[in-house]
Amino acid sequence: MQVDTRYTDGTLVVRPTGDWTLDRPLPDIQAVAVSAAPSSPVHAVAFDTSDLGDWDSSLVAFLYETVEYGRAHDLEVQTDTLPASLARLVSLSQAVPEQDTTRTEAPPSVLTRLGTWGLAGYDEVRGFVRFLGQAVRSLAAVLTGRGRMRWRTFGVALQSSTASALPIVTVISLLVGLIIAFLGAVVLRRFGAEYFVSYLVSYGMLRELGALMTAIIMTGRTGAAFAAELGSMKVGEEIDALETFGISPIDFLVTPRILAVVVALPMLTLYADLLGILGGMAVAVTMLDLTTTQFLTGLLEPVVLSDGLIGLFKAVVYGSIIGLAGCMRGMQTGDDASAVGSATTSAVVTGIILIVLANAIIDWGAAVLQF
Amino acid sequence: MSPPESPPVISAEDLLLAFGSFVVMRDLTFDIHPGEIFAIMGGSGSGKSTLLKHLIGLMEPSAGTVRVRGRDLWTLSDAERAAMLRDMGVLYQEDALWSTMTLAENVALPLEEHTALSDTDIQRIVSLKLALVGLRGFEDFSPHEISGGMQKRAALARAIALDPDVLFFDEPTSGLDPLSARRLDDLVLQLRDSLGTTIIVVSHDLESIFTVADRALYLDIETKTMTALGPPTELRRNPPNQQVYQFLTRSLDADSP
Repeated sequence: MQVDTRYTDGTLVVRPTGDWTLDRPLPDIQAVAVSAAPSSPVHAVAFDTSDLGDWDSSLVAFLYETVEYGRAHDLEVQTDTLPASLARLVSLSQAVPEQDTTRTEAPPSVLTRLGTWGLAGYDEVRGFVRFLGQAVRSLAAVLTGRGRMRWRTFGVALQSSTASALPIVTVISLLVGLIIAFLGAVVLRRFGAEYFVSYLVSYGMLRELGALMTAIIMTGRTGAAFAAELGSMKVGEEIDALETFGISPIDFLVTPRILAVVVALPMLTLYADLLGILGGMAVAVTMLDLTTTQFLTGLLEPVVLSDGLIGLFKAVVYGSIIGLAGCMRGMQTGDDASAVGSATTSAVVTGIILIVLANAIIDWGAAVLQF
Repeated sequence: MSPPESPPVISAEDLLLAFGSFVVMRDLTFDIHPGEIFAIMGGSGSGKSTLLKHLIGLMEPSAGTVRVRGRDLWTLSDAERAAMLRDMGVLYQEDALWSTMTLAENVALPLEEHTALSDTDIQRIVSLKLALVGLRGFEDFSPHEISGGMQKRAALARAIALDPDVLFFDEPTSGLDPLSARRLDDLVLQLRDSLGTTIIVVSHDLESIFTVADRALYLDIETKTMTALGPPTELRRNPPNQQVYQFLTRSLDADSP
């Protein structure tokens, strides 16, 4: 893989020799041409392939660059001095003239970026409120019997967000109950108040952690799945197809899914509460030498119905957030393949942020109302 | 076309294509010669793409053998098979460009994986390949920023990145406007004529088949086997059966000559 050059009568003759294969570095035409610069002016480039062996793309790439070099220096490139197959490839590479592929993108100023960011935030909130409105309207229509919903979609979504989610909810809530009991055991023992560990566990699970942990699990499981399902339907133009038939994608796709998680979450939360308390009881009995009776009486006394109800109320709110965030991000998906991934990510992030926010607001409200 | 005595690049023998007990095609026997453009045609659902997957070694035949340069792909070690596949380029139906990479990165990846070339040399080869398919200057574009026809051509640039001896095209002209389709056909012919690449095209675009193919294989969906093999113009002039006649003349007329 070598190349010689010589200048004869104002013509640069490029002579590639030997075998040209892709496993060796390519020579550079610029260096080759300059190394033998003549004193007289040059007006053409020709080729001599008399000693050329095997060749592949490496030679064609070199010839392509040579032709470009010739054009850039206003030289007449005599491609007819190449063998027919090479000449054809070179002319193929030259067939389409260079197109203007520059993109006009001046880097925005800080102020512009700040403004864009603010406007995007505003659009985001507006989009969410709008979507919330559409979903509520559709849901209200279904519940009052004026709208139609696809119950099959509801059934499938309900199954995937209840029965199929049981294993992970079981493991997590059992462990969360265990963890609270461990924490409580260490702290309460210092005051000789081990007896209250059951109060700590059940109050914590019923009021806060049962609903919160379940909601976070379900955001990752169901919310992400909704976003991915609707997102790929969006990419595949399935949602456009619904709209052209005059079928509202909100009624058809979104409402049944939201309704399913809203129904599923309180049930899962109740289940999580029970398992959490069970986990706490295991620690109390084995580590703190309490009996099960002691544990249960210690729980029944101070814990009131409203603790459980607040937990269930939270579950309903979280359920709506998971459904809304998942479906909204799915419907907002862009139209290329990577968009489904970002829709899913954003569904989970939006879901978790809103859930924690809602949690704080509800707790604050409950404290003010002394509920 | 090469003289018939040169050994076939790919040969299929008594090939049976099936999914479990569902037979797609049976008794497929044919040879593909070096430098030939070989079309696989047939109606929708006749197993054209499935046959292609068997020829590339993506699916194992239920019975019968596929030999590439005389060697059965499924008796080779993984390393040997990978080496064989390296000499084959595939242009997928949905172009299958990697969407998170630029066009240059798409073409460069096989070169980075399979050659020891320096980064600058790889960029030089990439520029050539993109220029060959008429995409000069589009190095830094993402697949979703260019039109469907351009995506097809970018996928072709990637398929020829490693100078394959054999190129497979799965419905190359589907989804393209007639002019872009003819341009792609022209490109296919140019590549074969200048590089001597053996090309296997799966298609039901008749214009494309008549323009590029040296020989065509017809898969008949009713009898579940191949019912014609030969130069397409020859098949049209002298159709061996009703289905081939209807397919090649795009008519449902019953009066076969």
